[in-house]
Amino acid sequence: MVQDATNRRVFAAWAATLATVSLILSSAVFPVILTGAEKETAAGDKAKGEKAKAATVKSAAASTSKGSKRKSRVEKAESSLGEAVGAADEAIKLSETVYSTGYEGPARELIESINKEVRQGWIDNGVRPSEPADDTEWVRRVHLDIVGHIPDLEAVQKFIADKDKAKRAKLIDRLLDDDTGYVRNFTTIWTNLLIGRSTPRDVSRSALQKFLREGFGKNRGWNEIVTDLLTAEGDNDQNGAANFLLSHLNEGAVPATAISARLFLGMQVQCTQCHNHPFNDWKQNAFWEFNSFFKQARRQEVRKYNEKTGRMDIDHLELGRMDFGGPVYFERRNGVMEVAYPRFNGVDVAPEADTNRRQELAKIITTGSRTQVADAMVNRMWGHFFGYGFTKPVDDMGVVPPSHPALLELVSTAFVESKYDLKQLIRWICNSEAYNLTSRFNAKNAKSKQDNPAAGEMPLFSHLYLKSLSAEQLYDSLIVATNAHKSKSGSWEQAEQTRQKWMQQFVKTFGTDENDEATSFEGTIPQALMMMNGELIQNALSDAKGTLLYDVLSGKASPAEKVKELYLATLSRAPSTREIQTANRILRTASSPLEAFQDLYWALLNSNEFIINH
Amino acid sequence: MIHPLRVPDGMSRRHFMQHLASGAMTLPGLAFLSHLDAHAAEVRKNQKACILLWMSGGPPTIDIWDLKPGSKNGGDFHPIGTTGDFQISEHMPQSANVMKHLSIVRSMSTSEADHGRGRYFMHTGYIPNPTVVHPTFGSVVSYEVGTKRKDLEIPAFVSIGGPSMGPGFMGMMHSGFQVGSNGEIKDAKMRDLSSARFEQRQAMFKAVESDFIKSNRGQLSVDHEDVYKKATKLMTSRQMQAFKVDEEKPEVVAMYCGSGANAAGGRMGMGARNPFGMGCLMARRLVEVGVPFVEVDLGGWDLHQNVFTTLKTQRLPVLDQALAGLTTDLEQRGMLKDTTIVWMGEFGRTPRINQDTGRDHWATSWSVVIGGGGLRGGIAVGATDKDGLSCTTQSYLPGDIWATVAHSLGIPLDTVHTSKNGRPMKIANGGVPIKELIG
Repeated sequence: MVQDATNRRVFAAWAATLATVSLILSSAVFPVILTGAEKETAAGDKAKGEKAKAATVKSAAASTSKGSKRKSRVEKAESSLGEAVGAADEAIKLSETVYSTGYEGPARELIESINKEVRQGWIDNGVRPSEPADDTEWVRRVHLDIVGHIPDLEAVQKFIADKDKAKRAKLIDRLLDDDTGYVRNFTTIWTNLLIGRSTPRDVSRSALQKFLREGFGKNRGWNEIVTDLLTAEGDNDQNGAANFLLSHLNEGAVPATAISARLFLGMQVQCTQCHNHPFNDWKQNAFWEFNSFFKQARRQEVRKYNEKTGRMDIDHLELGRMDFGGPVYFERRNGVMEVAYPRFNGVDVAPEADTNRRQELAKIITTGSRTQVADAMVNRMWGHFFGYGFTKPVDDMGVVPPSHPALLELVSTAFVESKYDLKQLIRWICNSEAYNLTSRFNAKNAKSKQDNPAAGEMPLFSHLYLKSLSAEQLYDSLIVATNAHKSKSGSWEQAEQTRQKWMQQFVKTFGTDENDEATSFEGTIPQALMMMNGELIQNALSDAKGTLLYDVLSGKASPAEKVKELYLATLSRAPSTREIQTANRILRTASSPLEAFQDLYWALLNSNEFIINH
Repeated sequence: MIHPLRVPDGMSRRHFMQHLASGAMTLPGLAFLSHLDAHAAEVRKNQKACILLWMSGGPPTIDIWDLKPGSKNGGDFHPIGTTGDFQISEHMPQSANVMKHLSIVRSMSTSEADHGRGRYFMHTGYIPNPTVVHPTFGSVVSYEVGTKRKDLEIPAFVSIGGPSMGPGFMGMMHSGFQVGSNGEIKDAKMRDLSSARFEQRQAMFKAVESDFIKSNRGQLSVDHEDVYKKATKLMTSRQMQAFKVDEEKPEVVAMYCGSGANAAGGRMGMGARNPFGMGCLMARRLVEVGVPFVEVDLGGWDLHQNVFTTLKTQRLPVLDQALAGLTTDLEQRGMLKDTTIVWMGEFGRTPRINQDTGRDHWATSWSVVIGGGGLRGGIAVGATDKDGLSCTTQSYLPGDIWATVAHSLGIPLDTVHTSKNGRPMKIANGGVPIKELIG
């Protein structure tokens, strides 16, 4: 089986590269940073390094030789350094029935091929996949991933009661057609990626969001959206796409170069501005060649007389095109100046001033049946739904080979064939067997050496990995959990502004010229305090008319039914026997039923199960 | 001094603690705390700590700590004498008076000149690596020192005014607790709640929380419970008083921020209480109650343009006053010998002055300041050439700085941590304490 051998070799290469990368990182590649004492023994260290490498492999084999599957992987890593890999030494038998969502559309064959590729990874690594997720686990997950918030009580009840065999496939379609949910979710995600959570000065967040909203709403091809973002010109209020580059044109467009490579091509090249990349093919000149495509872009401030201040204040920004021709200059580490002309992946662009360089760049990167733009988006989208992509991080594909190269190629070329259809891509992923598995480990994939990428292992997608809710997902889920989504009739922009204001308490910028920032949100004490005592939770616990708690409590159902409804509304599942007993005890002893239900509801909203997408 | 007890509305602290002890968020020994207070205060006096002053953006150390008069790279500033055996920038006059307590390491050579990578390298001692997320050193201290301080009820690693870096494989339990320089902590007070109801919530919480952990899903679910324990502990702690920096006397504030016409932040419209000065003051208060690692952030160093004007009128007055104030205050309180101060950013800046009168990123030869904690002060370790372009002596890595701090904190240097994929990681990346400083 050729397929088999290819996969195994690739896995082996992954393991071997990891080992090599970490060795390189720890010593040899940066002679310039060795301290004086180390310099004297540098040669000796190198020898030690070799020894250490051998020792690492040996100890890894020894520590895992207790009959675990890890052993075979280490051996694979070793043998890949020598000759070709032999036949499987330990086979795992998979159930012949591949889980199906009932999808019957034109992409059936493709989804089957995806399943086959993922299964091959399980077989090769002796990992048994977890069981399929039950409907309650899955319905919560698919809502959080596609529309960005938990399903409401009604949606959960309807889905559980539905007897249709194809109900999962149909729900995926419904959610993708949900313009308020799907469009808003991906607009949020891409706004944050493109300009960050704290909007750079004079940049119009709302205009960028309008551009993205239209793009996702009309399901424009990703190649078109990328092209618009890279080639935008004009007034940033009128042409929302212009706000992306306007946020990154400082420092001779170095930030624009780095972020475009990272977001659209899946490459982190920022360190190559100063020296050749230690692990990927990007040399220092490649960074500046890429940079030269952005050299005609110019940020202009258009000022207008402001009657209130009596000054000429900035009215809006213009993304203009300068008459820039010729090379850019950069400095080698040894101080020698060099030139770089616009060139990408071996394609040269005429350096004259009348060439529109950004348009040329967009053309080059979106041409072909297998493009880096498609690879980067497929990897990111896979990572969005599974918690891990084929590389770690998802936007740095140049360092370590992908975990599933054949799968990546399969999906990426199909994505290009579909004219970069994002909804199709999501449909393929969500209808795949792996996305429909439970997040519970089993005995055959639980150990850190089996399928636990959180511990640094290669992901095998044999169970769903836990994901922390993003700040926006949590906010929107709390809105759903309070029923506020039903009563609020304000505009999209208003809702967005309120959320944006709430977000700011968790965002910190680093105070550099590159607009980088960090969030203190996921799993931190400030988040726990917000969940325990914050205003959003207080609102959720209110029994005022129109809240979920009011609706549940004023209904005719029995107390036991009411408890169940609160569970469905928050965790999308019914309570266990033990949980029913605890709830009953509280209902008996509390001074009022309202207080008992409030406290129950508080506990549900504060639980790990609520705040983790599983 | 006894501070008013901080308890949720409607119940006494003792009452609350009893319920805590029986609830899901049980905290060993917490109920006995009041008996230990007097003793603890005595012990805390000698407790070791590190305050990291983080200069976000990459400070031009060639204009502050290692001037090059006479070189084409020298820039606008002149050197002045200090109480140590070296000279520093004329725009650091207050700090010049305390330099006998602090030393400069002038031969840092750190290879990473990108903000993200440099920030990671300097905070963790490790170069970014796709397979492991290393802990920032504050998280290491939280793990090694913080967990041993049983009477510490607030987080052992506090980051003031900036995000610091993540806890990596140490887990969220040891992540930096972020707080603004005004010390305000949002939602730290429980709303009107009787102890009976608190207990009800705990019981339900525990039922859901532990079932989910038992359902075999991974580390995130366990981390969540740990962080909730810490958050609950913090909500009722009187040590929270340490964050209330606004309650300090004006004369103490003046040490860190200046006062009147001389207020360091005055020219920048920050008023008499600038965020960095107040952050340094809060750091001292936190160390006083037993927090072993505090990071205080001062941004705005990414000076690709107008480096000299910005330094002279904005950055250096604030830094100078706060660094001098912090060192003096710690010294006067007898805390300096146990508190290590580290001043650093992600890298230095190019010796060559660019066409915008700015300096760009430079990691080849630059300076870090370190002192207190029993380290030798007043000396310059290492040197750069006359134009600042390279180190002329042995050069140092961030791991050497953190190894020096580990030495001061009493963390054994043969300490090895294990990453989540089972790889052994030497503390401070196997760095070696700088011998001139510990000799």
